[in-house]
Amino acid sequence: MAETVQFDLVSPERLLASVEAREVLIPGAEGDMTALPDHAPLITTLRPGIVRVSGADGDTEYVVTGGFAEINGQSISVLAERALPRADVTKEDFQSMVDEATERLNRVKEQNADEHGLIDDATKLLHDMVAVGHHIGMSPN
Amino acid sequence: MPNLKDLKNRIASVKSTRKITKAMQMVAAAKLRRAQEAAEMSRPYTERFNAVMAKLAASVGDAENAPRLLRGTGDDKVHLLVVMTAERGLCGGFNANIAKLAKAEAANLLAQGKTVKIITVGKKGRDAMKRDYGQYFVDHVDMTEVKRVGYADAQTVAANVLNRFDAGEFDVAKMFYSQFQNVVTQIPTIQQIVPVDTGDAEDVDTGTFYDFEPDENAILAELLPRAVATQIFSALLENGASEQGARMSAMDNATRNAGEMIDKLTIEYNRSRQAVITNELIEIISGAEAL
Repeated sequence: MAETVQFDLVSPERLLASVEAREVLIPGAEGDMTALPDHAPLITTLRPGIVRVSGADGDTEYVVTGGFAEINGQSISVLAERALPRADVTKEDFQSMVDEATERLNRVKEQNADEHGLIDDATKLLHDMVAVGHHIGMSPN
Repeated sequence: MPNLKDLKNRIASVKSTRKITKAMQMVAAAKLRRAQEAAEMSRPYTERFNAVMAKLAASVGDAENAPRLLRGTGDDKVHLLVVMTAERGLCGGFNANIAKLAKAEAANLLAQGKTVKIITVGKKGRDAMKRDYGQYFVDHVDMTEVKRVGYADAQTVAANVLNRFDAGEFDVAKMFYSQFQNVVTQIPTIQQIVPVDTGDAEDVDTGTFYDFEPDENAILAELLPRAVATQIFSALLENGASEQGARMSAMDNATRNAGEMIDKLTIEYNRSRQAVITNELIEIISGAEAL
């Protein structure tokens, strides 16, 4: 079995990481998962959360706000909507992410008041975002 | 013959024009480098994104239940043209070329009896299209405040387009922008954005069977709006690089022309000066001879 797997984390604006990883923790839409080398091919959407990469030089964590991940035997690619190394997340960044989610929830409530599915989705998005904040020691104002 | 003072003033004014165009050229060169870097950085995402999209689209196929964004409305009546240009002029034929292409397409569609709606991104394209196609404008996205094009800007444009699609305002959307080839060549391009074009399914490696979480259609429904945003984003970046490239070569030409003009004016100035001196000498000599 292969020891490591090629891991890429990209956001639309740049390539954040491209390393050999032993395992990657991915915040999938239906629950967290840890992808190891030779994982079965899988495409999943992401919820806001933390991507943790365990590579040769320890663990690195990134905050992502959603997107999707493609996993196959040879490589793991996370295509995030917005991604930041955990250490670089500032109070303002986090606040803007929460604001965005809040705004989206309000908009959905206004426009599709009768579609509970959509409202639930937006509510969950906001909760996930706040949960990320707790995890990295920040709380929205 | 113009008098010496006028000539001197003209030379001074052309010289200051040359200084300005030179400065603009250098600013454009610096901005071009940044714009190219930004386009370069977005490439890994776009490539992977398209690869995944192609896989997904291949596995969903032309199924009846495929999302509308992929399948289209099944109609071809109302066309939405998204015309993306710069906010500023002084960049050669850049804005005009995009507008020309968009006008040709609009005229073509109208001739076929289709309905045309136009969204403009960037002030210059709006101005260029206004006279002939002003009545088809449905919206305008202002980019004056945007210093560096970010993904969020692309999302704004995409959201605008998608909301209209959901509201059933159009069947097909195309965008117009300029592809950056090099500093002297930018190619005005038409690209279809809705229904989403996933490229040739033939290049897709169908050997791997993917699991999908949640299911294919749910992922596809989430990815398609992003595909639109991603396409718009890379078009905006291309456009940014093209604009700076076009401006750079336009300003380079202007600087050179100003230089030539200064040379010509200087020769004329020297000749006039010589003529004045000769005149004065003749006057003195004929005065002395008369005595």
